[in-house]
Amino acid sequence: MKLSLLAEISAVDDGRLDRGVLRRAHLDGPLLLSLVAAALLGLVVLYSAGRQNPDMLVRQGIRLSLGFIAMVVAAQFSSHFLRRWTPWVYLGGVAMLVAVLLVGEVGKGAQRWLDLGVVRFQPSEIMKIAVPMMMAWYFADKPLPPHLRAIVIASIITVVPVLLILKQPDLGTALLVGSSGGFALFLAGLSWRIMLGLGGLGLVAAPVFWTFGMRDYQRQRVLTFLDPESDPLGSGWNIIQSKIAIGSGGVYGKGWLNGTQSHLDFLPEGTTDFIFAVFAEEFGLIGLCMLLALYFFIISRSLYIAVQAPNTFSRVLAGSLALIFFVYVFVNAGMVSGLLPVVGLPLPLISYGGTSIVTIMAGFGMLMGIHTHPRPLSH
Amino acid sequence: MALRKVAGRRGDLAKVKDSMAEAQLFSRRALMASMLVLLAMLGLGARLVFLQVHNHQHYTTLADSNRVRIQPLPPTRGLIFDRNGVLLADNLSSHRLEVTPEQMEDMDVTLAALGELVEITEQDIQRFEKLSNRKPPYAGVPLRFQLTEQEVAQLAVNLHRFPGLEIKADLTRYYPLHEHAAHVIGYVGRINERELQTIDTSQYSGSTHIGKTGVEKSYEAMLHGRVGHQQVETNAQGRVLRVLESTPPVPGKNIYLTIDTRLQRIAEQAMADYNGAIVVIDPRNGEILAMVSMPIYDPNLFVNGISHKDFDALNQSPHRPLYNRALRGAYPPGSTIKQLVGLAGLEYGIMTPHQATYCPGFFRLPNSQHRFRDWNRGGHGWVKLDKAIYQSCDVYFYDLALKMGIDRLHAYLDQFGLGRRTGVDLDGEKTGLLPNKEWKREVHDQPWYMGETVIAGIGQGYMLTTPLQLAHSTAVLAQHGQQFRPRLLYATQQQGSDRVIPELPRGEPPVPMVSRANWDQVIRGMELVVHGRRGTARRTGKDAAYRIAGKTGTAQVFSLGQDEEYDADNLPRHLHDHALFVAFAPASDPRIAIAVIAEHGGGGSSTAAPIAKQVLDAYLLELDPLYSATHETQSAG
Repeated sequence: MKLSLLAEISAVDDGRLDRGVLRRAHLDGPLLLSLVAAALLGLVVLYSAGRQNPDMLVRQGIRLSLGFIAMVVAAQFSSHFLRRWTPWVYLGGVAMLVAVLLVGEVGKGAQRWLDLGVVRFQPSEIMKIAVPMMMAWYFADKPLPPHLRAIVIASIITVVPVLLILKQPDLGTALLVGSSGGFALFLAGLSWRIMLGLGGLGLVAAPVFWTFGMRDYQRQRVLTFLDPESDPLGSGWNIIQSKIAIGSGGVYGKGWLNGTQSHLDFLPEGTTDFIFAVFAEEFGLIGLCMLLALYFFIISRSLYIAVQAPNTFSRVLAGSLALIFFVYVFVNAGMVSGLLPVVGLPLPLISYGGTSIVTIMAGFGMLMGIHTHPRPLSH
Repeated sequence: MALRKVAGRRGDLAKVKDSMAEAQLFSRRALMASMLVLLAMLGLGARLVFLQVHNHQHYTTLADSNRVRIQPLPPTRGLIFDRNGVLLADNLSSHRLEVTPEQMEDMDVTLAALGELVEITEQDIQRFEKLSNRKPPYAGVPLRFQLTEQEVAQLAVNLHRFPGLEIKADLTRYYPLHEHAAHVIGYVGRINERELQTIDTSQYSGSTHIGKTGVEKSYEAMLHGRVGHQQVETNAQGRVLRVLESTPPVPGKNIYLTIDTRLQRIAEQAMADYNGAIVVIDPRNGEILAMVSMPIYDPNLFVNGISHKDFDALNQSPHRPLYNRALRGAYPPGSTIKQLVGLAGLEYGIMTPHQATYCPGFFRLPNSQHRFRDWNRGGHGWVKLDKAIYQSCDVYFYDLALKMGIDRLHAYLDQFGLGRRTGVDLDGEKTGLLPNKEWKREVHDQPWYMGETVIAGIGQGYMLTTPLQLAHSTAVLAQHGQQFRPRLLYATQQQGSDRVIPELPRGEPPVPMVSRANWDQVIRGMELVVHGRRGTARRTGKDAAYRIAGKTGTAQVFSLGQDEEYDADNLPRHLHDHALFVAFAPASDPRIAIAVIAEHGGGGSSTAAPIAKQVLDAYLLELDPLYSATHETQSAG
């Protein structure tokens, strides 16, 4: 079994494969294997973090299965098909974002949900895929590197949904959607001069805005956001506790089911946004290195698929999807270890709950589809 | 990395893309991106090594004892002073009893045992339970406030019997002037459920009280300060062993109000037993020198929970002492807006000061039998603007308002801040009501009638103003249109610092002026109200040491039938007219503007004007040091 799977993988890598189950199902072996590994690892950690609650495990299992189904379905679309539908997906997504602001339901102080009678869902979730698709669609027939006009239009494509999502307000998703657009621009070959110029402009504008554009309490809020530990009575408490959990894990970890911080209830949100700390406490630095390596492999494989892709649309879409996944991992791990501000993003495939599993997996499905569908012949 | 050449896309592209170069560009970018990813991952790894290897010992200790607690250090609330440094709100030290539920073995037994030492009411327990539901189990929850010395002693001796019990030093708000200026200062009270929804809970995690009304509320953010905190290590009983880390709180700022307490008291006394309000503004900068709402109450009652009996007495009193009339009372302005209507007429060019209108004692609309009566049934004869003001002739202004039309009248008075909030730095200000056609269509879905324009000319009908608006508009008139937003904040001061930072006047767009002579004409008419031989407030002006420009007003509470007479002697007091008076002084160099409303006071000239005179005298002749000094040299020379 194992051997045959390996054979499949090498066959895919050679790019000369027409037979094989995986190929016919439009799936990519290495990516599939590493995603399954991450999902299983997630269930293992969740079992411990959730105090061995089997219900939680079942619910998460169902969610993951839905995610894998979404992946398989998405993999069946050829890039031609995706490209044809892209503008509609994007415009529909933006329309739904507007609808959310107008009639959406409020949950936890933010307006994110749209109730369509049967299902309730967050349109902002769709934008995590729709924005990279739209960017890829837009760049598809433009000469690259993009000219100024194209850069401006591409920026508008990204900024409109980002502003709509910020209005909900949902900082984490806005960050993801915004960075997906940014990555698409970067991958399309945005010139270094413009990137440096924008960076320089930001460096100049920020202190001016800080001094003249903000009130005292707003400045304070930004400071607390950038340095959560300065507010230990609020969100800083989580960071203090998660650092204790991570630090006390040491090199080898305390062992599965032996984490004390999470089990004694010191660590808030231990199954969701802060599950990374539980993993770190129980599996230590060694476990973390393996986890990060697994994530790195998923990202690298996705970027490799992007490079192999036959046209601009597929390349930009695949590359952006790969890098969004990276943002998930980096922002979550950075937040939990006290390196980055507190932005509510889950650790992908491992955190409990979240509608994001489905979109993440659908994204990987698209990647696989790009890699496995017959492409126009070379020369 | 294998690069593929891709065939050119469909031929409709004018320019064939150099797909080879593009693929190469993308590969370079993808490679850079993966480098970036690797770098970020290594950075994360470094952070994890720092936490898990370098600081492992430190965190292990913290995790093992896991007695790391975070304690809020509440800031000291800023004090409130008047403009001369008289203390209006103080912090007195007191003690409260706190219980940490996590360390209690049996709450009911403990409470019963405690009840033998100190008094614990049912209310205390209810509040305690509510509070403890909202806090983590390791956080102390107050059970009793304001322990007496004896109770503190009793508890201190027995403290060892009750783990998780603590006596905490505390500061309690105290208002040394008691009822004086109560509506302005407001009071603090315990944070309630509704407030918990809106405040930053970490900022208030150490605080038990919050500003509820008045300046205590509107300057809450400034007075409260910023919470500090300490990370402490505790033993199993929750007693602090050592402080790991500490950030001190930033105390709230002291604030100085524009109020002059001496003037405030005199104004309160001058109101005698009338309900109503007085607002005194310095027209040169918008500083509110006094703001009285009668009757007054003692805010100290509210600080630590008012008893049901006291609250009912205040809340159900027909005199409504808790209601800030100066800010929220909406009264028909009556004749006190006539001078503004007159000014509007001049500035719009509808009439001149020399044009006379005949007043037969009533006014009739064309083709109508209805008589709008003048207060003087015999009529005023031929009336020019100045006489119309000092005699308060109704017919003159009926006629003028009709010529002007309600929308122009509205537009002009609106510039003086009537019908909208002045923007004073207190919460809950009422807008009053300055009607026009559009308003009536929207709110009542009815057309505007001409008769309504007629009575609007004498401040009756739909029109409503707050005492603050009247004082403000009078100040604007005194300044020939120059506007300052009324304010109570005089200066601020960081606690522990000697530096008092004065607040600057907040200028607003001025009322546009067509001709200064028009304004002077109107002001002259107002001077004659007080100093003229036939002015409505001539008795008040009889022996004035300076010139006052004023206007009396009487607002109907009880409307009369077409042929009925107003007979004060045979009406119960609560149906008597409201007495109003607005004024500024000295007329040629205004230093003070005032509005007085005495509810059911009868007449503006008989009741409100003398009250205003007492306040003006006190300020100009005694309290305002600059003016009283120059005034004395003048009269001496």
